Amino acid sequence: MTVPRGLIAGAGLAILFIAGALLSFLWTPYDILTLSIPDRLQPPSAAHWLGTDHLGRDMLSMVMMGARTSIAVALLAVGIGMGLGVPLGLWAAARRGSLLDEVIMRGNDLIFAFPSLVIAILITAVFGAGAMNAIIAIGIFNIPVFARLTRGAALSFWARDFILAARVSGKSPARISVEHILPNIANLMIVQGTIQFSLGILAEAALSYIGLGAQPPMASWGRMLADAQTLVSIAPHVALVPGFAIILLVLGLNLMGDGLRDMLDPRIRVARV
Amino acid sequence: MKHLTALILAGTTAVFATAAAAETNIRVAMQLEPPNLDPTSGAAQAVDSVVYSNIFEGLTRFMSDGSVVPGLAESWEIAADGLTYTFKLRPGVMFHDGTTMDAEDVKFSLDRARAEDSTNAQKALFASIADVTVVDPLTVQLTLSAPNGAMLFNLAWGDAVIVAPESIADIATKPIGTGAFTFTNWVQGDRIEIARNPNYWGTPAAMETATFRFISDPTAAFAAVMAEDVDVFVGFPAPENLPQFEADPRFQVLVGNTEGETILAMNNARAPFDNKLVRQAVAHAIDRQAIIDGAMYGIGTPIGTHFAPHNPDYVDLTGLSNFDPEKSKALLAEAGFADGFTTTLKLPPPSYARRGGEIIAAQLRAVGIQTEIENQEWAQWLETTFKGKDFGLTIVSHTEPMDIGIYANPDYYFGYNNPDLQAMMTTLTSTTDPAARSEMWKQAQTVIAEDFVNAYLFELAVPTVAKAGIEGLWLNQPTAAIDLTGVTWL
Amino acid sequence: MIRYTATRLISLCISLIVASLVIFTVVEVFPGDPAAYMLGVNAQPDTVAALRAELGLDMSRPARYLAWVSGMVQGDFGQSYTYRTPVSQMIMDRIWVSLPLALFALVLTVLIAFPAGIYAASRRGGAGDIGVMGATQLGVAIPNFWFAMILVLIFAIHLRWFSAGGFPGWDKGLWPGIKALILPAVALALPQAAILSRVMRSSLLDMLGEDFIRTARAKGLSRRQALWRHALRNAMIPVLTIIGLQFSFLLAGGIVIEQVFFLPGLGRLIFQAISARDLIVVESVVMLLVFLVIVVNFAVDIAYAAVDPRLRVRR
Repeated sequence: MTVPRGLIAGAGLAILFIAGALLSFLWTPYDILTLSIPDRLQPPSAAHWLGTDHLGRDMLSMVMMGARTSIAVALLAVGIGMGLGVPLGLWAAARRGSLLDEVIMRGNDLIFAFPSLVIAILITAVFGAGAMNAIIAIGIFNIPVFARLTRGAALSFWARDFILAARVSGKSPARISVEHILPNIANLMIVQGTIQFSLGILAEAALSYIGLGAQPPMASWGRMLADAQTLVSIAPHVALVPGFAIILLVLGLNLMGDGLRDMLDPRIRVARV
Repeated sequence: MKHLTALILAGTTAVFATAAAAETNIRVAMQLEPPNLDPTSGAAQAVDSVVYSNIFEGLTRFMSDGSVVPGLAESWEIAADGLTYTFKLRPGVMFHDGTTMDAEDVKFSLDRARAEDSTNAQKALFASIADVTVVDPLTVQLTLSAPNGAMLFNLAWGDAVIVAPESIADIATKPIGTGAFTFTNWVQGDRIEIARNPNYWGTPAAMETATFRFISDPTAAFAAVMAEDVDVFVGFPAPENLPQFEADPRFQVLVGNTEGETILAMNNARAPFDNKLVRQAVAHAIDRQAIIDGAMYGIGTPIGTHFAPHNPDYVDLTGLSNFDPEKSKALLAEAGFADGFTTTLKLPPPSYARRGGEIIAAQLRAVGIQTEIENQEWAQWLETTFKGKDFGLTIVSHTEPMDIGIYANPDYYFGYNNPDLQAMMTTLTSTTDPAARSEMWKQAQTVIAEDFVNAYLFELAVPTVAKAGIEGLWLNQPTAAIDLTGVTWL
Repeated sequence: MIRYTATRLISLCISLIVASLVIFTVVEVFPGDPAAYMLGVNAQPDTVAALRAELGLDMSRPARYLAWVSGMVQGDFGQSYTYRTPVSQMIMDRIWVSLPLALFALVLTVLIAFPAGIYAASRRGGAGDIGVMGATQLGVAIPNFWFAMILVLIFAIHLRWFSAGGFPGWDKGLWPGIKALILPAVALALPQAAILSRVMRSSLLDMLGEDFIRTARAKGLSRRQALWRHALRNAMIPVLTIIGLQFSFLLAGGIVIEQVFFLPGLGRLIFQAISARDLIVVESVVMLLVFLVIVVNFAVDIAYAAVDPRLRVRR
């Protein structure tokens, strides 16, 4: 089995950002809670590798702290999606054709029918803006993705001989789902999880760009972009730095997802909308 | 296909029309779109920005410098006891629908504003009016229940404009007033168009047509002005871009003052802000200049009390709450908060609050006060912070003119209860002698500053970016208005 | 088939009822009173009460829900609190911006994705394939609002080829209208084009591995001829499914782009209505978007079932 080049490059990028985010718990080049108005909007230099923002904060430190927010939000949102979507999908597959199956699948269709960004805005309008509500808003839309994928994959296994053997031996559908089906669809979930993770990063950026994501003093890439938007013609780096941070991390995760898929199982297909 | 040709033809004519009449048209941008065009109900300032003086006029009116001058009333007499105001109306004034404006319309407008079921957002302006009587078609008499030194000022507000009973039903979408411009079209979400009123009673406007556009996004605002998609932007939302416009010969930048006292309000009714020492500590922890520079890129005047600095009665009390973090820490220790405390900081949408909030949070952190920032939309802020009083700190600009009277209301959101000040305000309302009023304004400013009711930050400035060659725009905003009646292209 | 359609129709109705309940509930618990918002800080309590009565906000929630739903069934979406105009008229005004924008973006998506996907598939593993796939990876990773910002900076502010935003209205002619939609459509289309190119490519490659293509090749067609004559048509089914999904995404998803280019579309209407607590507008517009997606999905399902009887049994 050869490791695809894309996987190495993608994993490299992702690890770089994750390491930066983890490092920010211990150390950042500057304290982002201390403002220094006279030092604002400095271009990249030896003292500030990525320059300073509109309040004189070090952009590299901001990017590290922002990575923490983005990764945490996206990861937890994927967690919600997997945690609820996979069991629902397994359950629906085990009771194929029943009313329960119908209700779960129609419920999924219903969530899919809601425009995701609009619903995220509605949710934050009710509960207020903040990282937690961004996680819930993004997480809800991950549930049907995993539920559908799990159900589809699980159904193909239910028809297989080894499952038939397990059924004959008297195991309950729930036990078969957990013991035999789950391990077989794990690869698929890892690949889809990576893709949803990268979509989560983009969604978090969009939400905080319109002011609905993590609140100050937490740093967030989307809000950095929102703060930068009027400054882009004066100090382009303030818009370019967070923009490239988002692009590189998402690119890394996507390359990683594709690479994982090629490596783990070339036959599996991943939904991507 | 026929339809398509019509569209293309329409396009061509539009292009010619613009080219031929460039100097009598103006495209004005502002940040918020008015929800409707009725200035007599609802508090949206965007309504006044479009219609004040352009479409609707009142008995008196504001000028750009804040002075109150005759509007539809050409003169008035005030009885010696201050209880009767007799207004002489201008003759020959017509509404845009061709009906005459007379004393009946004035009575209708004022009675409507103060009625039981009125939805006028500033109903308090009319509270002292006991009766409105029509003497003759051009004379109207107001009887007050108590003398009110601010009556002529109150009548100049956009909420007190004269409307006609014939056209009141459609006022929200088809405003009919007496102004120098008539309403022509509203493409909701995009623009409002007005045209010169040929039958105007006064000097006709120089502009044949004017278009208001609504651009809320600061980037889009910058791009629209730079790309010359608009001729004027009143209340330009991104002060950081002003130097670029100043450096560009195509544009002129006017920075005017407003009636907006921007304050860090403290919940006086709730611990720990019920302790004056804590409030004083907060006041000394704030570096006003850093906030003006950081959040507003240098535009705005520091204030030390709740009063507009351009007002002749303003007292400069900024020294009372100078930036002194050491003193602040000492005061906190004296109040029993040597290790600081944690409170909430609720921020409504404008950038002075959101950006200013981040800076204030950092300044308070430096003296040991931790803040939990919550960004709120206006509706939410009004419900929970303003009405529900569920906050420790909040930042807001009080844009109503001469509104120090709010400190006399113990139920107001910041919960300041001082019977002395309340008595002073009651006396002030019924005092008509200008010198005595001036003295009381000054006293009131000092009282609230010495009580450190709120931390007073700065007087909001309003930047207007216009193409070079446009003259006659209002510099200041004594009330929300984009008065185009005197605007010309050089 | 009739039985299948009937079942799906019932399920469609249930979905719509559930959706309307969810939307109504969520919007009704918004913190903030529309009347208090409209009247501002100086309003007196009796004034707020008077306005609430005028807007019908003093009715009970179930009564308002029923009034809303029964109105919608008859095509009456109610009256906006703040604009005081019928919501259906506001929607009609805005949809002539959002719909053309979505269509325009979709056309651009297809124009970019089809050639790119076909080219990549025909050069599988070659430099061209790697180049196209690399570009699509980048396209998927770029946030569209950031891309929009950069487009405005370059084409509106520096080059001044386009205006920075706004919409002149179709009555000003066809070309000014289209011109105003070019930059927003490009910003919306780029990530979608990247996704669709990938789907196009992989779908074509799947087809090239199928038996009938092998047969065609065996009959002497070159790889490229086989691709054009046989694979392309068959590869369209998954591609069209994705295009359908993308269209509904583009219709509702333009919200941020409409904000950046200050276009008076549905997305911006929702945004404005939420901050003004114009609840009836929020409810009706969101319901309309959900309705469109549910109905499109229903139509797609029925179309598939008509073509392929096997699908009438649940997938």
